[in-house]
Amino acid sequence: MAFGAFATAGAATEPVARKRSKIALILLLPGIAYLALFFLVPLVSLILTSFQTPSELAFGEPGVYDYAFKWENYTDVLGLYGEHIFRSFFYALLATVFALLFSYPLAYFIGVKLRRFPLVQALALTLVIAPFFISFLLRTLAWKQILSDDGVVVTALQGLSILGPEAHITGEPIAVIFGLTYNFIPFMTLPIYTSLEKLDLRYVEAGGDLYASPARTFFSVTLPLSAPGVISGMLLTFIPASGDYINASRDFLGSTKTPMIGNVIENNFLVQQNYPAAAAMSILLMAAILVLVGIYVKKSGTEDLI
Amino acid sequence: MAQGSFAEAGADLELVGITKRFPGFTAIEDLNLTIPAGSFFALLGPSGCGKTTTLRLVAGLEDATAGRILLGGKDVTNTKPFQRPVNTVFQSYALFPHMTILENVAFGLKRRKIADAIGLAHEALRLVELDHLAQRKPQQLSGGQQQRVALARAVVNRPALLLLDEPLGALDLKLRRQMQIELKDIQSDVGLTFLHVTHDQEEAMTMADTVAVMNKGQIEQMGAPEELYELPRTAFVASFLGQSNLFTGPVISSTGDVIVVEVGGRKIAVPRERAQRHAGDVTIGVRPEKLVLHTTAPKAAAGTNLIGPGRIVDVSFSGVSTQYLVAVPGLGELVVFAQNMVFGPVVTTGAEVWLTWTVDHGFGLADDPADNPRFVADTDTNALAVQKREKLEAELEEA
Repeated sequence: MAFGAFATAGAATEPVARKRSKIALILLLPGIAYLALFFLVPLVSLILTSFQTPSELAFGEPGVYDYAFKWENYTDVLGLYGEHIFRSFFYALLATVFALLFSYPLAYFIGVKLRRFPLVQALALTLVIAPFFISFLLRTLAWKQILSDDGVVVTALQGLSILGPEAHITGEPIAVIFGLTYNFIPFMTLPIYTSLEKLDLRYVEAGGDLYASPARTFFSVTLPLSAPGVISGMLLTFIPASGDYINASRDFLGSTKTPMIGNVIENNFLVQQNYPAAAAMSILLMAAILVLVGIYVKKSGTEDLI
Repeated sequence: MAQGSFAEAGADLELVGITKRFPGFTAIEDLNLTIPAGSFFALLGPSGCGKTTTLRLVAGLEDATAGRILLGGKDVTNTKPFQRPVNTVFQSYALFPHMTILENVAFGLKRRKIADAIGLAHEALRLVELDHLAQRKPQQLSGGQQQRVALARAVVNRPALLLLDEPLGALDLKLRRQMQIELKDIQSDVGLTFLHVTHDQEEAMTMADTVAVMNKGQIEQMGAPEELYELPRTAFVASFLGQSNLFTGPVISSTGDVIVVEVGGRKIAVPRERAQRHAGDVTIGVRPEKLVLHTTAPKAAAGTNLIGPGRIVDVSFSGVSTQYLVAVPGLGELVVFAQNMVFGPVVTTGAEVWLTWTVDHGFGLADDPADNPRFVADTDTNALAVQKREKLEAELEEA
């Protein structure tokens, strides 16, 4: 047995390259199969669904459709829900900007100022991801409580006469944008931290040496050098935030004033059983995000990021 | 900060009672130093002697614990780096990786809103013969080219004082020689004050008008290179700047213009005016190239020290000269550099030789021999702390 094992090992060294590519293929196979089954097939099914037409044999019963090529589904949803699409991107953009403004100083503090204290740095990083230990839904519900009409925030603001006696926070756009910002801060902070943690401070010293004030050095040296982190953080926030349907939902921080495109899709799929409209919305959302992100990445000149 | 205009000329740099303490050790202790405008000044010393800290203090990258820094008579101790008319050529070059070479060189000019920054940057790049690479990024350049860009980026600002932090360390020998000459040319052309920090004694001696040898946070000796070499005042200078044969013994007679020291039963004469101490135990020395090798016993002559016989224990040939190691009973091993006037070494290992040198070539040191036995290991806590810090910094640099 032992000799046999050695013999095969010896023989295997000859067509090494071929064997390697075979091994690579075998290792890739589960991934390819998974993606084909759970990404490609649903995508094709979604596209087909988006062109479906109500079945004539169902006699008005909802939720029964036939395959067709009814491209009017797209124009219909655009007419009906254009406002929601716009609102989604508007909320997602604001949340991205707020998350960036909050995360950059935080990431800078952890990645640069805490360098000399590795233990404190590790602790701070753990705290950034600590919210993940609690379910996303629970945390958002908790915020609903905190921001509710008889909660401490609203009563305090009313006490200071900043809010009127009848004013709310929950159900208003501000609550939804706040929720989105809060939920995506770790996704913004971590990539920026990774960029800043590697930042060579000698470049910052060189900036000061070459007559650049600290602010000038930040915008000319530090920020450009951390751009890869900023760009990936913004993508990681903007993309999921524009499709989010939890924060804007009536059960959480939103109301009938705030539905985003995710809520529309959810409603069409699960409540109205208007599958073609929901599918068309999903495809439109996907296409819009692809275009927006494409433009953004092209503008920031970091194609190597994707 | 001077906006929109260049410094008229180099400025004096004056350090008054500078002390710098880091947690756990003192890098610089009560340093006083004046560098006249327009001079090329080298700060020479081993790793951890405080020379880089001195440079960072002048650049404003570190704050002094005590003391004052004056530039052209103006106190700049409490000003920020970007407010000082000083530029640095960093050891690591620190070229901005996201900018082109041209943008790097024009950076300082643009911050000071100097007219035609791009034109001046091109001119500076032509000076270092790299204008054809102006649109490249730093990582596309070789180490030597990056070094020249770093130099152009600093010189283009015409600072009153240019700081050089071992900028030639990463270059190979040929390029280093070339850059040394270029630097010297630029300095005399532009008339700037240069403060050059290095541990390379040859570099310091070839380039600088004045060399200050620094050790353990203090300046041991300062002067023109020839002066430092020919008349070192301390054992540290005598062995850090070139090599020296040092002997320690009591002064047995002190007549006229020579003092005579007894070492291992032999008498060695040193000119009185070249000796720092004239009584008690003293350390005296002579440079290896001043020694003459004899294969037969020469006659004792006035004005000459004669030592021998000794035995050759090692011969190493290095082209221009040959280095002989001669063991003399009672004196230890002496180093002799002899020019190769004939083909190859004149004697081989084991040969019996005598050594002579002109009395005028000897020197006497100021150190108390009791503190400075020959070849003592530097193991005090301060030095260890410094070494440890240097090592850590080197590791960080590599990482």
